[in-house]
Amino acid sequence: MPELRILIVDDEAPARARLRELLGDIAGEVPNVVTGEAENGVAAIACLAEAAPDVILSDIRMPKMDGIELARHIATLPNPPAVVFATAYDAYAMQAFDLNAVDYLLKPVRAARLAAALGKARLLHPPTEVLAALQPEGRSHLSCHERGRLLLVPVSDILYLKADLKYVTARTREREFLLDESLTHLEEEFSVRFIRLHRSVLVAREAIVGFERNTADDAETHWLALVRDIDDRLPVSRRQWPQVKSYARQLST
Amino acid sequence: MLRLLLGVNLLALAVALVLASDVLSWPLRYVELAVWVEPLLLSSLLLLAMLRNALWRIPYVVAVVVVIGLVALQAALLADFWRFMGFVDGGWSSLLRAALLAAMAAALMLAYFDLRADALSPAVTEARLQALTARIRPHFLFNSLNAVLSLIRAEPKRAEHALEELAELFRALMRDNRELVPIADEIALCRQYLDLEKLRLGERLRVLWQIDDLPGELLVPPLMLQPLLENAVYHGVEPATEAGEIRIAFARRGDELQIVLENPVVPGGAHAAGNRMALGNIRERLALHYDLEARLEAGEANGVYKVTMVLPCRN
Repeated sequence: MPELRILIVDDEAPARARLRELLGDIAGEVPNVVTGEAENGVAAIACLAEAAPDVILSDIRMPKMDGIELARHIATLPNPPAVVFATAYDAYAMQAFDLNAVDYLLKPVRAARLAAALGKARLLHPPTEVLAALQPEGRSHLSCHERGRLLLVPVSDILYLKADLKYVTARTREREFLLDESLTHLEEEFSVRFIRLHRSVLVAREAIVGFERNTADDAETHWLALVRDIDDRLPVSRRQWPQVKSYARQLST
Repeated sequence: MLRLLLGVNLLALAVALVLASDVLSWPLRYVELAVWVEPLLLSSLLLLAMLRNALWRIPYVVAVVVVIGLVALQAALLADFWRFMGFVDGGWSSLLRAALLAAMAAALMLAYFDLRADALSPAVTEARLQALTARIRPHFLFNSLNAVLSLIRAEPKRAEHALEELAELFRALMRDNRELVPIADEIALCRQYLDLEKLRLGERLRVLWQIDDLPGELLVPPLMLQPLLENAVYHGVEPATEAGEIRIAFARRGDELQIVLENPVVPGGAHAAGNRMALGNIRERLALHYDLEARLEAGEANGVYKVTMVLPCRN
């Protein structure tokens, strides 16, 4: 049996050290090698290519990006590594996992329990619906695939999202990212942060700096929204204009 | 006394509504009843006030029977008096009816006072305090145990020390925590707790104590500060990538002790519900210990979350 390549993700250094020790202890039974360590979800994704793990052992509660969101991004990979959660106590997540037969480890982790989890880990990935339900407030990052790599885009950096034929484009100050998501789902997940301007455009509320009349002869849209930091003009559909206008009024008062 | 007068009249009002055929005749019925009820009520009160000392001396259950019996007897006598005056028709059954009604009203009022006394008794307050006494987050216990486990092979001495501290912390949490304790003990407990958190959080947790001119024998409610610190670590340090500093300052102002606790606010790390619950719990315990003499305020300004607790000084 080839060695399992393992990536350990936990924000507490002693907890990472402990898992490493245990993995060493069970190496005779389940051959494994720790190919990377990360202290949160963002760092884990950054070292993914290098660590090339078969299994990610991840804590749930971590700064920057928690384990639940990490697993959601991982799930979008073509051949995702398995994710096994290890948590000290997270009543809410534990209940959801129990209900949906998702395997997880309780810290302090026991060697036998860890070996058992790794034994079947190759087959497992927590179902994305369960993970999504555990994050009612939405993800902190969106992810996209570029040349075989998983790139993270912080939601707070996104100025607007625009749907084209098949893809959704996320525009940050620096550049555009192609996402494999639907605009409708994004609108639902981030309704607090983004407002719909047009059938195909969501803009970050705080990125709107003004509106101007559309001088083109296009009768469809009379108004264009100006966006902070970039020169793009976004069309406001006639249908959305009243809502957008009332939001802008609220702001100016 | 006032509660008794109000209670009996409320009963009379209710009975009047039952007797009345519609809402408009309700007041009229009540006035008719009042002619009956008020003389009886006042004379009963007078009689019971005179017998007060004798009633205190006999056992509670006997006293209850005596009181109900006396009221019933008075009602019967009064009914007989009305008959004698020619206001109503007499007869045994009407006398008995008056006596039974009065007895029931008396029993109801006695039951009400009994319940009220139970609700306000010191035993209930004590039980309430016990229930409210801080419970440490399971999250903290298991993470700490995990951190100690990670030390055993590499640094056995540090692991020993950490386990001893954990044991002491839990001993403090499990003892009877209803009495006030010297503030020096409470501070020692908090230091132990923070040492354990440092074990797993390392450099991410910084603590600044400002304790000047604080008599260690000053008495405070036990486990008031530790849950606040636990909140500060959980919401202000753990979710942050950079190191976070928790500041604890004590100041004595006249006969008041002011404790201020500050921690950084982590953007996006809002778990407000748990925090509000902890604050509500502490506020209630402060009220049980000090009534209105203690205050607890919490708020956020300029990226800092601040909790201020003011207690009266007791030695």
